[in-house]
Amino acid sequence: MAKIDKKAFPFSKQWLDDRLALTTVMKVLNTEYWIPKNINFLWAMGMVLAATFGVLVISGIFLLMYYVPTVEGAFDSVNYTIMTEVGYGWLWRHIHGIGASLVFLIIYIHLFTGIYYGSYKRGREMIWISGMLLFVLFSAEAFSGYMLPWGQMSYWAGMVITNLFSGGSLEAYSFVEWIRGDYVPAQAFLGRFFMLHVFLLPLIIIATIVFHFATLRLPHVNNQEGKEVDFDESARLWKEGTVESRKKSEVIPFSPVFLSKDIFVMGVYFILFFYLVFYNFDFAMDPVNFDPADGLKTPAHIYPEWYFLWSYEILRPFSKDVGLIAFAVAQVALFALPFIDRSPNVAPASKRGLFKYWFWTLLVIMIALTALGKLPPTDPVFAAMGLVFAVAFLLMGPALYIITKFEKKIEEGA
Amino acid sequence: MSTRRDFMGMALGGFTAVGAVGGFYAAKRTWDPLPSVKAAGSTIVDLSQAKEGEPMTEKWRGKPIFVLRKSADMPAHERDVVVKGVRYHVSIALCTHLGCIPAYKKASKTFFCACHGGVFDTSGINLPGLPPPSPLEIPPFAIEGNTLVLGSEGPEYLALKKNNLVV
Repeated sequence: MAKIDKKAFPFSKQWLDDRLALTTVMKVLNTEYWIPKNINFLWAMGMVLAATFGVLVISGIFLLMYYVPTVEGAFDSVNYTIMTEVGYGWLWRHIHGIGASLVFLIIYIHLFTGIYYGSYKRGREMIWISGMLLFVLFSAEAFSGYMLPWGQMSYWAGMVITNLFSGGSLEAYSFVEWIRGDYVPAQAFLGRFFMLHVFLLPLIIIATIVFHFATLRLPHVNNQEGKEVDFDESARLWKEGTVESRKKSEVIPFSPVFLSKDIFVMGVYFILFFYLVFYNFDFAMDPVNFDPADGLKTPAHIYPEWYFLWSYEILRPFSKDVGLIAFAVAQVALFALPFIDRSPNVAPASKRGLFKYWFWTLLVIMIALTALGKLPPTDPVFAAMGLVFAVAFLLMGPALYIITKFEKKIEEGA
Repeated sequence: MSTRRDFMGMALGGFTAVGAVGGFYAAKRTWDPLPSVKAAGSTIVDLSQAKEGEPMTEKWRGKPIFVLRKSADMPAHERDVVVKGVRYHVSIALCTHLGCIPAYKKASKTFFCACHGGVFDTSGINLPGLPPPSPLEIPPFAIEGNTLVLGSEGPEYLALKKNNLVV
């Protein structure tokens, strides 16, 4: 057995250190986990996401106490029991709805920050891949949660999305029926998506968040210039503790220094968050979903929540098989980003020549697809525009490969 | 080199693999549609209720079914179901693109899907250049007097199926 100080007072620092190595753990995860100084508020988005996830879990726990996962009871348990009877039930529902929407807004900012600063390259590939995995998991979590109020949009979104798994001309309808547990979305479907939403997916998400943090620990977070920081030397300077040496050091400890900056950004963010919760909750509540699910009546216009519109618009303008393939490619294309980008430079897009234009074009295309995805499919002009932007999105992959293949290496110190 | 430890390892691995396969099979079966769901698969449609030129919507296996008694100005098609000399268009009212319900537009005599803009004519044939890849599907049916039994395969249905007309 290791050396144990038998005289240590129970639960004192020494006592805990002997048993749990608490001081070492705190150093590794907090006080000696080094973050570069050269960053901006966009680096706070990770902790903003963690906090939002926490708020979603807490509000979800309260909703779970009154929600009834049956096709007869679900709609009323949400719209009647929780919204009118349960004390402050409306608060949890609006927090949960706004949280689900804003978590995607921050995920997109987080993701585009990573692309802009090249934070997916040179040892940071696993950070990117685990982050994309979280994006997919959050998408599944959002979709399964959207089924639960069992309104018209829940039902028809469930119908359309599960039909995607028929694989177009493969006509794998028995597979679709297996996913649903019925010929159409019904009790079996609601029951299993309830299970996925409140237990299995959150469990996997929490594990993946831990993994995402772990992938950061060795390569460290990137910085505004993509500079290769000498962490050992900077850590030594910081730990020296003088004003002079800390000034010279290029890093700060995660806790408490970086975290205090994070918490400031979180403060600003939660002002927006609760403004929406109290004064503008409608923005996360689709009016169509306040009609109970009806398998014999399709809503006039089916569209997903705003955060799925861009990929929905990639599916829409093509024939069925081509649309499905384009959709599938769009879902996985971003995973491959670290391997499509052939440039050796880790630098902000503004310093990377043509890549700068590629980045802003990608952003414009995604915003355009999002806007077009919300419009009804009937207007031929918008339908044509949808096709143009969908094709443009698909061409961005090969374009990135070519652009970065010829990108000039930025010399150190240039 | 084979040792006792290798043997123990392989035995453990073997039992674990068998258990895993069994576990996955049980999980898959749990996820399957229930027998009660599969059994409730038959619907009887009274054709005397059908008005000429106006589709009525029935429910079969949770899915909506169009039954359209064709009027004289609607072109006949080999997919039509003929009962007592009257032509009917019978189909599962789910767009073959992604499963939304098309709505009947009286003015243009078409079924229009609002989700992605697919259009089908009064024989359920998809108009070209639009997302749906195939005509509206004809459900299995049997003709009994002036009724249709949805869910069982009568000779008229099998004839359509043989000629690849049901989808």
